[in-house]
Amino acid sequence: MSLRMLFALAALCLGGALHGADNTPLPGDSLYHLDVTLTDQDGRDFPLASLRGKPVLVAMFYTSCRYICPLIIDSARGVEHALDASERDGLRIVLVSIDPDRDDVAALKRISDRRRLDTGRWSLVRTDAASVRRLAAALGVRYRALADGEFNHTSELVLLDADGRRRASSEASGPVPVESFLQATRALLNASRNDPPGD
Amino acid sequence: MKTRTLLLSALLSTSALAADADIWIRLPGHAAFASVLRWEDQADGVKVAPFELMRTPISNGDFLRFVLHDPAWQRGRVPAVFAESRYLEHWHGPVQLGPGVRGTQPVTRVSWFAADAYCRAQGARLPTWAEWEYAAAADAEREDARSDPAWREAILAWYSRPSNTPLPDIAQGTATVHGIHDLNGLVWEWVEDHAAMLVSADNREQGDPDVMQFCGAGALSTDDRENYAVLMRIAMLSSLQAADVTGNLGFRCARSIEGARP
Repeated sequence: MSLRMLFALAALCLGGALHGADNTPLPGDSLYHLDVTLTDQDGRDFPLASLRGKPVLVAMFYTSCRYICPLIIDSARGVEHALDASERDGLRIVLVSIDPDRDDVAALKRISDRRRLDTGRWSLVRTDAASVRRLAAALGVRYRALADGEFNHTSELVLLDADGRRRASSEASGPVPVESFLQATRALLNASRNDPPGD
Repeated sequence: MKTRTLLLSALLSTSALAADADIWIRLPGHAAFASVLRWEDQADGVKVAPFELMRTPISNGDFLRFVLHDPAWQRGRVPAVFAESRYLEHWHGPVQLGPGVRGTQPVTRVSWFAADAYCRAQGARLPTWAEWEYAAAADAEREDARSDPAWREAILAWYSRPSNTPLPDIAQGTATVHGIHDLNGLVWEWVEDHAAMLVSADNREQGDPDVMQFCGAGALSTDDRENYAVLMRIAMLSSLQAADVTGNLGFRCARSIEGARP
């Protein structure tokens, strides 16, 4: 075995330790078993399961919604702002549209720009209608299309751990986060940082 | 292994082709169907576009073929996020019905996720509640038998049957005027939007994490008090999580018809 191969092997092992969570089987209650492809506000496609590795705040919304949906963004942002800088770096925020017919990439981009979301951390995403239904079922979000094109829907923020397991949830509450939900988010972020997945 | 898979898929596709007309029934739909759920936004009735519905519920035999074809849905392999621990527990093994379980009985103890996956594998989907309720409103002679007390009595009599007796085989009773079997009287059935039916009246109050909150308008009222046979079904379906299973809940699939308008 050449020295180069040894180096390559060592790098592989190291990589395996750092990204160990990606190689181990998903826990049975992980949402990342869902075979769903998401498309973000910049038109990038990625599998839902690729979110594995960091805690994620997930919610469902639609861009033409006037009442609760802006509040959903406010609520996720409220959590984001309440965290300290190092905690914040460990979190991703993903908002999934329940209105795939009208929420194309351009519509997602419009809201992302208008709300000045940091797309390093935030993704506004769309997927096909059947995947929306499955994702909502897994998240416990209930929604119904109304005759006028609006939707009735629950406005839950769901906190997933690095392996995609549901850890906490909170109804959208506006810019001031629900304290218990913030604490759960913080505890998870600090735990992930001190105990990287795979250790 | 490869030959087996090939054989199996050949078997599946031939039987699908040969039996297509036996499996699917086309329903004309309704421009303004009076659902028991009187949504505020659909006061004049629900539009049900023409669609196709399976003539019978999915049987144990059908579902066995599915899990043989897609082992990810076998008992013991399916992740907990998609099905709770009692998933298909009445079968003898993951790919074995065993004594006392007939291939001709309707499959039960399947989760919404499993039912959804089965239908998608057939190029189909679960029916919506409106489609299901519309199809199930018929009896052997009428498209809408719901105002007939005898129709309601028959459903309530079925509900009161003890659930510890073995399930009859599918397609034993009379078909509806559309030619569909077992919508009432055999098993309960998943619908695509089971979680969406009882989203309670609009509530934009903030602060209480236990209160479901909704965006947009669209309150529900159920002004057909006589029809509590149907309301009981709605309440049961609404109370379930998508990974739940029960001993008398099965499903059948539906297909949209391209370009069809109610």
